[in-house]
Amino acid sequence: MKDKRPVNLDLSTVKFPITAIASITHRVSGVILLAGVLLLLVMLDMSLSSEDSFAELQQLMSAVWAKLIVWAVLSALAYHLAAGVRHLIMDLGFGESLEGGRLGAKLMFAVALLMIAGLGVWLW
Amino acid sequence: MVTAVTNWGRSGLHDWLIQRFTAIVLAAYTLFLVGFIICHPNLTYAEWSGLFGTLWMRVFSLLALVSTVAHGWIGLWGVLTDYITTRMVGGSALFLRMTAMLIYVLICVTFVVWGVEIIWGLS
Repeated sequence: MKDKRPVNLDLSTVKFPITAIASITHRVSGVILLAGVLLLLVMLDMSLSSEDSFAELQQLMSAVWAKLIVWAVLSALAYHLAAGVRHLIMDLGFGESLEGGRLGAKLMFAVALLMIAGLGVWLW
Repeated sequence: MVTAVTNWGRSGLHDWLIQRFTAIVLAAYTLFLVGFIICHPNLTYAEWSGLFGTLWMRVFSLLALVSTVAHGWIGLWGVLTDYITTRMVGGSALFLRMTAMLIYVLICVTFVVWGVEIIWGLS
């Protein structure tokens, strides 16, 4: 392969359409979740170790900073789930046209925002 | 050129399928847990540990954990091979990718061992 092939795709100069934003956010939320799993495992460990540590976790979860961190991780999970389901729907052959892709991305963002808002209400 | 050495299943189609199988497992597990928590507004330790004390929940949890590792592997591989490339970061790209994957493997082993301990450590 030639080393000096021309490269014209400078991402910083490209205006991202909504489908591209949906895609990159899916990736970012996935990477966040790799770290988020660590937090969720810590919480699962605390919740199951003993009755005392269960109560300790409940106590901890009443703090605002704890709610904010858990909300952030669960929001990433909610978004990643919504974007993933959209992928599966498209794999089944729905919404594969340009317009369908755009509409699907908009719907997915709406669903994800609803879930994230719902999580906020549930946590507070 | 990216050679199929560090991806999960050695073939793109295989990875594609595993990514979807594990996604369905993880979606089901997530929705089930959310549903359980919603159905038990004042969740007690007895209810919670009772759920994780059942064999099927332990199997479901372990399946979800292994799915997380595989799903994360395929996802991370995709992200690394897209952004940590020779064009983006220069000649050390392969070394950086390998290092990142190695760290991920160590984290995954920890996740699985620790997760098994959490799930099966219950008396």
